[in-house]
Amino acid sequence: MNLHSIILLRHEILLTVAAVGVLFADVFVPREKKHNMITVSLIVFTLVTLLGFIPAQGGVLFGGSYQSSHMTDFMKDILNIAVLLIFLQSTGYLSKPENSWKITEFFVILMFVLIGMDFMISAGDFVIFYVGLETASLPLAGLAAYDRYKSKSAEAGVKLILLSAMSSAVMLFGLSLIYASTGSIYFSDILPKIKATPLIILGFIFFLSGMGFKLSVVPFHLWTADVYEGAPINITAFLSVVSKGAAAFILIIILFTVFKNISREWEWILYALVITTITIGNLFALRQDNIKRFLAFSSITQVGFLLLGFMGNNELGLTSVVYFMLIYVFTNLTAFGVVEAIYNASNVETISGYKGLYKTNPLLSLAMMLALFSLGGIPPLAGFFGKFFLFTAAASRGYYILVVIAALNATISLYYYLRVVKAMFIDKSDNPVAKFRSTWPMRISLIISSIGIIYVGFASNIFEFIYSLAKGLL
Amino acid sequence: MIQGIPITHILVVSVIMFFTGVMGFIIRQNLIAILLSIELMLNAVVMNFLVFNRYLFPHHLQGHFFGLFVIGVAAAEAALAIALILNVYRRFKHIDPDKLNEMKY
Repeated sequence: MNLHSIILLRHEILLTVAAVGVLFADVFVPREKKHNMITVSLIVFTLVTLLGFIPAQGGVLFGGSYQSSHMTDFMKDILNIAVLLIFLQSTGYLSKPENSWKITEFFVILMFVLIGMDFMISAGDFVIFYVGLETASLPLAGLAAYDRYKSKSAEAGVKLILLSAMSSAVMLFGLSLIYASTGSIYFSDILPKIKATPLIILGFIFFLSGMGFKLSVVPFHLWTADVYEGAPINITAFLSVVSKGAAAFILIIILFTVFKNISREWEWILYALVITTITIGNLFALRQDNIKRFLAFSSITQVGFLLLGFMGNNELGLTSVVYFMLIYVFTNLTAFGVVEAIYNASNVETISGYKGLYKTNPLLSLAMMLALFSLGGIPPLAGFFGKFFLFTAAASRGYYILVVIAALNATISLYYYLRVVKAMFIDKSDNPVAKFRSTWPMRISLIISSIGIIYVGFASNIFEFIYSLAKGLL
Repeated sequence: MIQGIPITHILVVSVIMFFTGVMGFIIRQNLIAILLSIELMLNAVVMNFLVFNRYLFPHHLQGHFFGLFVIGVAAAEAALAIALILNVYRRFKHIDPDKLNEMKY
């Protein structure tokens, strides 16, 4: 363990120190002062996020088990920003009196989940990848059941743990078949031995099914809406933004590096997955009234668009996926922030309950409108540019029919995003959500993410920066 | 290499174990039985790794180590899953997945 390896592992080491430090600090805080742990954790995690931005050279550690590059560092920074925004948003939930005993565990568990994700993104062999994936998914099931006295939350937790264990077993079966045909678990050793033999393709399909579950791609999406509805809102936000982001990042790295020799085969598998994911996500989102289920199906559709960038299979594809994920972090967290603020103030989480929101809470409605327009892909906002580059990546390989289908679906999706906007701005209601002021951390997070929605789309240097990183990785 | 037992014999056992687990996961009416099915699937995977390592690549130990990690993670998974099933039992007074349908469509 020399200085070089400490610098390479800086995200993971910083997070470990922060998580263990917060856990120890909690021991010395008396019971009636536990609410101070919110401020302590927020300050510590802000420091971790800022220190993560320090640039450093990439490299390989532990005989190839851990590989780090500018691209993986940037991915980890995106995840850090997302988690910081979620931490800011969850202060309202945690400062309720019945949640006072949950404060420290909430922050510590999410930080450990983030460590798992960081190791997963930097994995150089399948063991680190698998252990990181499980570290990133198991504790979340506990957090989904965090509202212990709500039956919906208990149901969500047990559904998440059983289905994610099942999907990782399926994924491992695939990995064992790949091990059988290549004789190694290291990415660099597997790469030259991957050929389109039946055994490898079978193993790859098992592997993709397991990852598809984590990403909630359509044949494997059935857990999504139930877990999203039952879990506390900040955990829902974490599942839909950070978990999905990490899974997308490592899947695109593995597909573009380890499995690039069978890209002709997996592109056609993804072709089918893109069409089913976008279409079925759209169709189910049309009929939802619960806003969390609505956002769940909307996030399934967004993952479908994300897979469009995978079809690019070149630097442009990787760039567009990372760029879209950065925008998706800001966009979706704005939406979830507004949902959470309204739920904390008035226990409303249905679209019909949002009627007349503009009259009472104009700023929150504006933030929600920005987020929904960006998700729908209306031009001046960042969501449009994200989708545009994903479409460009797929079109650059000649998948024109797929791009047309996706563009049609993007138009359909406008209908249900605008339905929420209509409920907030146009519909009259006899008893709208009462006027309230959200907490200041919530306001900070909404301001940051709203600025992100507007700024990231216009700042072309961000896209060029990610493109230069992508060239370094591939 | 185990004397007199070809690799296919063991692979047939592990594949049957895996798909028994998949079947059990789908049709059993009890959350604990579903957890057992998952364990069956994971054990089939461990067996696969060990057999491939022993028969095909006996000079390295990568498959053995992967198997060890899978066993370790599976133990953590089982502990957490049982805690969550207990939580469901306290809320609903049963552990029948068919009746856990408060949220649907």
